[in-house]
Amino acid sequence: MELLQNYIILLTLTFGIYYAARQLQKWTGWIVLNPILLTIVALILFLKVTGISYETYAHAGNYIEFWLKPAIVALGVPLYQHIGQIRRQFLPIFLSQLAGCIVGVASVVIIAQMMGASKETIISLAPKSVTTPIAMEVCQTMGGIPSLTAAIVVSVGLFGAIFGFKVLEVWHIKNPYSQGLSIGTASHAVGTSRAMEKGNTYGAYASLGLILNGLLTALLAPFILKIIGL
Amino acid sequence: MIRQCFIIFGCLAIGELVVWLTGITIPSSIIGMLLLAALLQMKVIKEEWVKGMSDFLISNMGFFFVPPGVALMLYLDIIKAEFVPIAVATVVSTILVLIVTGWTHQRLKG
Repeated sequence: MELLQNYIILLTLTFGIYYAARQLQKWTGWIVLNPILLTIVALILFLKVTGISYETYAHAGNYIEFWLKPAIVALGVPLYQHIGQIRRQFLPIFLSQLAGCIVGVASVVIIAQMMGASKETIISLAPKSVTTPIAMEVCQTMGGIPSLTAAIVVSVGLFGAIFGFKVLEVWHIKNPYSQGLSIGTASHAVGTSRAMEKGNTYGAYASLGLILNGLLTALLAPFILKIIGL
Repeated sequence: MIRQCFIIFGCLAIGELVVWLTGITIPSSIIGMLLLAALLQMKVIKEEWVKGMSDFLISNMGFFFVPPGVALMLYLDIIKAEFVPIAVATVVSTILVLIVTGWTHQRLKG
């Protein structure tokens, strides 16, 4: 069993499961079989069964997670490609972002409060729509549990990646720019990676939503919580 | 490849520096992204200087979320104890954000 704790073996396993999950999604064409989700579930089961601790896995996982920051920097390229378009519709973009940010923070807090969640959990939920590093930072400054936030952020991202486009279609939001923008606003980089698969325009607007909602949430979340009375 | 890495990590490093100097609560990666877009826009760097690396990173971005997602296993107790409020609040709120953002944008644009 000790061999299984070797980080190269754990890394290989992560690559292998993800590859298999992606193939599975390709064959079936089912969006619900999201490879990120499947890999997370399979790895948690594997660690539980073998009794390997999360800390041991994290040694291997860090080599993968490390690339998250440079990947977010790389989103600067599609952002640059669409600068002209973005400038032309600055007001619609800014106002829809502001609405999305306020609704996102306020609604999750109010619903969780009404349903009797603990204060720490509520604070950890508040920045759920924005990318992990921003969400954890916001959570920390407000007194929540940053790692719980990280876990919830990934779940929200998966929800957006899997169901986001469906929800938008049901509500007759069909404009590709509006779709991309709201996917990025609601479900950060995980949603953005799904939008990128759909096309470059969707992806660029999703990364714009990811950036702007990240900035707005970092700035506004503490005030929104204060107004609600937390 | 080395030039591509240098540019992308350079933007990230400047982001880290800005955070360190100012104590701002915006992540270094977001500052790096804005900086990269600005440098491309000002023609300081050419798109093909970062193209291969950025395509690789962006198309595999979802994969990089696997390890932080596995951290869910540490909070199964809290999540189990408060599962209904957490699940209902996040799902309803995420749907609201999708609709409000998309609808506002589509409306104002059209």
